Amino acid sequence: MTLLDVQSIKADFPIFNKKMRNDARLVYLDSGATSHKPLQVLNAEREFYTLHNAAVHRGSHLLAEEASAAYEGAREKVAHFLGAAADDVVFTKSATESLNLLAYSFSNTNRGQFALAAGDEILVSEMEHHANLIPWQQLAKRTGAKLRWFGTTTEGRLDLSNIDELITERTKIVAITHQSNVLGTVNPVTDIARKAHACGAIVVLDACQSAPHFEIDVNSLGVDFLAFSGHKALAPTGVGVLWGRAELLAEMEPFLFGGSMIESVTMEAATWAPAPRKFEAGVPNMAQAVGLGAAVEYLTSIGMEKIHAHEKALTEHALQGLQNISGLTLIGPQSTIDRGGVLSFSLEEIHPHDVGQVLDQYGIAVRTGHHCAWPLMRKFGVSGTTRASFYIYNDLADVDALIDGIAATKKYFKVL
Amino acid sequence: MELDSLYQEVILDHYKRPHHKGLMADASKQVVQVHHVNPSCGDEVTLNLVVSDDRVEEISWDGVGCSISQASTSIMSDLVQGRTLTQAFEVLDSFSELMASKGTVVGDEGLLEDAVALAGVSKFPARVKCALLGWMAFKDAALQGKEGEKS
Ligand SMILES: Cc1ncc(COP(=O)(O)O)c(C=O)c1O
Repeated sequence: MTLLDVQSIKADFPIFNKKMRNDARLVYLDSGATSHKPLQVLNAEREFYTLHNAAVHRGSHLLAEEASAAYEGAREKVAHFLGAAADDVVFTKSATESLNLLAYSFSNTNRGQFALAAGDEILVSEMEHHANLIPWQQLAKRTGAKLRWFGTTTEGRLDLSNIDELITERTKIVAITHQSNVLGTVNPVTDIARKAHACGAIVVLDACQSAPHFEIDVNSLGVDFLAFSGHKALAPTGVGVLWGRAELLAEMEPFLFGGSMIESVTMEAATWAPAPRKFEAGVPNMAQAVGLGAAVEYLTSIGMEKIHAHEKALTEHALQGLQNISGLTLIGPQSTIDRGGVLSFSLEEIHPHDVGQVLDQYGIAVRTGHHCAWPLMRKFGVSGTTRASFYIYNDLADVDALIDGIAATKKYFKVL
Repeated sequence: MELDSLYQEVILDHYKRPHHKGLMADASKQVVQVHHVNPSCGDEVTLNLVVSDDRVEEISWDGVGCSISQASTSIMSDLVQGRTLTQAFEVLDSFSELMASKGTVVGDEGLLEDAVALAGVSKFPARVKCALLGWMAFKDAALQGKEGEKS
């Protein structure tokens, strides 16, 4: 097994010094919701405020110069992380904003590839997070286009059996998740993108659960847009990323209007700065972007391949452990093939909220509920699940703590 | 363990054998039906209420949810069944106060009966909404029923 040196990684994350309920150590299995932040990130943010703080791209003083350099430096780091060009990386406040930016920009543009009308189709999947579903539902409503979706198989894979019916000349946008935040399924994005492009559709990838966990190269992925949130990738909250193909970003109208995003303004009209500035109206979340720059640097210094191998080993161990618990139903792929370190399960008739409550007594933090994927919950006939998700600071002992915690939960609720 | 203050035996009993669960709908009576959801966890309750002469004649409900929400709805149903709306609202107010108390109040056992077992929930902010789900559904149904009687 190829595990990371978790003890030395943990030393970078002060939160692990905290004592949980009943003096338990923190077993944090909720990185799918948000990750913890290493000192390197916190220090970068603090350093920005203590040494360079000024509004970027404005002012002629030294601090403004340094702030702009720090902010643009962060953009270069993120671009490098994605195998992209810096000008194709837009900072937003979150993945949610990135996806809304796209949906609104498309309808603001409303010409060429971006024109949508009755008869056109937007394709999503049943396993989308609400953030990659509702913006498209609403775009369909605004334009008269029809929303369609890939189903999921009982194993928790995308059901591609009717892909030729779903991706046709009518398809204008295909928006799917790279890795499901509930099932852990990693979708065959490149194949789907190839088919979509053959029909002239734009492909949007929700990389919230993938970019923090394995290597991404936007060129080989073959998609047109990619969104993720900094806070799930060791960075502060309040910063997200939208990467787009240069020619599409150039063609698109902005979504938010105001300062910084303009080229020239009169009382009657305005013209736009080139991308990415066109999409970054107002003073941006500078310190957070700088924090994200430090976060991707931290991840790269460990190595995305090593991170992926580490999480795979944890997932393997967890799958074995969970599959051996009677009364536990794991929802999603049962092997580590094309799946990441996100594991959702039901435990007899014990409600996830109750499972989470007992685990909390042992310092184990999991997510419970519908995971902002309500349609997927309906599909699997559950009101919610308990979800454990792994990251670089988790080790095999954390997985074992989860397994023991589940046994304790069963005992507490007297299910044998 | 701290957990035992949350999951008292009475609560687990109501959870395993909930009272008034299973929707009744007597066609000869005017039934107010409400459906409430806790959007943060997906728990749902559907509640049927028959009020006559300002008195809860029949309450029944169905739903999915955690032990706290299910037990609390069961206990609430026992408490309001047969009571006048004024009395029921008095219980409801007292229970809401208990839930807002952050563990500082033990609850009026004379008024709240089994519901005092839920006092520990008020120490777990994330669970207060679970405990209140059924009660808020009842409040909504009762107010709608009152409106209906007026018109
Ligand atoms: C797959 C997926 N998409 C989108 C989001 C939305 O991210 P944020 O809330 O940071 O905008 C999440 C976060 O839970 C997610 O897991």
